[in-house]
Amino acid sequence: MSVLVYIENWDGKFKKISFELASYASSLAASLNVPAVALSLGKVDNSELSKLSVYGISRILNNPDERFNALDNQAIAKAVAQAAQTTGATCVVLAHNNLGKAIAPRLAVKLKAGLVSAVNGLPVSTEPFVVKKMLFTGKAFGHIEMLSAVKVLTLSSNSFGLAEKQVTASVEFFDPEMVDADFHIQIKQTNKVTGKVLLSDADIVVSGGRGMKAAENWAPLEELAALLGAGTACSRPVSDEGWRPHSEHVGQTGKIIAPNLYFAFGISGAIQHLGGVSSSKVIVAVNKDPDAPIFEAADYGIVGDVAKVLPQFIEAVKEIKS
Amino acid sequence: MKILVLIGNVPDTTTKIKFNADKTAFDANGVQWIINPWDELALTRAMELKEAPGSTVETIVVANVGRAETEGTLRKALAIGADKAIRVDADPLDAAYVATQLARFAGEFDLVFAGIEASDYNGNAVGGMLAEMLGINSVSAVSGLNIEGSQVIVNREIDGGSQTLGVSLPLLAIVQKGIAKEPRIPAMRGIMMARTKPLEVLQPVDAQPLTAIRTFEMPQPKAACRKIGEDQAKELIYLLRDEAKVL
Repeated sequence: MSVLVYIENWDGKFKKISFELASYASSLAASLNVPAVALSLGKVDNSELSKLSVYGISRILNNPDERFNALDNQAIAKAVAQAAQTTGATCVVLAHNNLGKAIAPRLAVKLKAGLVSAVNGLPVSTEPFVVKKMLFTGKAFGHIEMLSAVKVLTLSSNSFGLAEKQVTASVEFFDPEMVDADFHIQIKQTNKVTGKVLLSDADIVVSGGRGMKAAENWAPLEELAALLGAGTACSRPVSDEGWRPHSEHVGQTGKIIAPNLYFAFGISGAIQHLGGVSSSKVIVAVNKDPDAPIFEAADYGIVGDVAKVLPQFIEAVKEIKS
Repeated sequence: MKILVLIGNVPDTTTKIKFNADKTAFDANGVQWIINPWDELALTRAMELKEAPGSTVETIVVANVGRAETEGTLRKALAIGADKAIRVDADPLDAAYVATQLARFAGEFDLVFAGIEASDYNGNAVGGMLAEMLGINSVSAVSGLNIEGSQVIVNREIDGGSQTLGVSLPLLAIVQKGIAKEPRIPAMRGIMMARTKPLEVLQPVDAQPLTAIRTFEMPQPKAACRKIGEDQAKELIYLLRDEAKVL
């Protein structure tokens, strides 16, 4: 028996979410009294693998086949399913990101497992096995019982955090049965976002809405984000106008994020937007309309002009960083 | 080529969410139902593919699993331009149950569209599960899709950028924002025509759900927002460091 956690890598490195997942899997394994096993597929730097033991992973399965780096959900689901069967996994944990979302449903069918996506913490109870997740894009939560013997979960990023628990780990070569036909996609082009913090990885997110007035007004917002090591985001009207790319849209029909700190500049806070950011630990709102609904969701607020507030924020951040 | 678009019937995105007294069931009183926003974009893209010059798309079918009251949503999809609707007459118990119902007939299609998420229970599962049950290719987080012969060229978002891929048919595409610019709004002519388009009702096959929602809860109310004057904006940054301890 085990809790199996699938750890993805990007350019040979694990991401923040990977260590959060490892932390989560080892806590879940402890509560079920079984070992936590991690699976890494694709070429990864050797020094990365042992880092998982810092977060309580005692057994690490590794297959460095570069074909897995193509992020083909069918091939990865097949390999993860074999690892789950080999290790007798009763729970398989994946990240609730683009890749995890793609793999989990295919994996669940292979394992005849129930799937709950975007859980936000350890199970409420393990017998019966009940997990909690956000529903209606943050307007409610549900307690969901998983009825199958094997369970597949995806974990919302930044919902569990990192929990260090150094253990001794073994790294083993894992050799799933794969054939060429298992790899289905042909990559024609990859555009990597470089020099920017990914929204899904960001501890701090700086976001702008229609109150920013025009695409060219984003420079101070980007400067603040760069100083804070933050990701940048926007509200729906902004991406619809083409001021910012769709990948930055947070809200009900965009991305759902839960950073430690969320700055909303010139965002009124429509219910659809709040759904995407309401799990943020601290929300700061700057809006010239004192009645904007964003202030209902915010912890700190300034009723005022973003053009006047942003330079002051930048100055203050420079002061505290120096 | 035949395209299937999966249609979720969800509460309007502005709905105030309520539950029954013991918090075990969603209170649907007074709720306006809409096509799940991503499914609406998927249908719009399917229509664009059908209308493109030299298109090989013959039919677009929409399908859901739901009771008779969900037919309004299917009729709206017909009004947007789908040729036919299929409704499996059952409560959508969970994703595995829904995918099992759809798997009975989805195998007849070359291209199946699913939305990346349902805006009610925020699951991400039906599309991927259906692809696995059918044994066909799937690509997720798709924000662009074009058919080139027997190959489909898709743009997908990955964690750290985007990719252009080639993948062969049959394909299940799990789509997100960007797949179509804006959802298509039914025209009066479409609404009239939708009334006479076929809507087939199928009886469900035996299947067991693997998950069940036991109780609902509302989020904790937030403490009042602490307001700072526009001229004291710098102070707010210091509060984030010293009081909230997030910097």
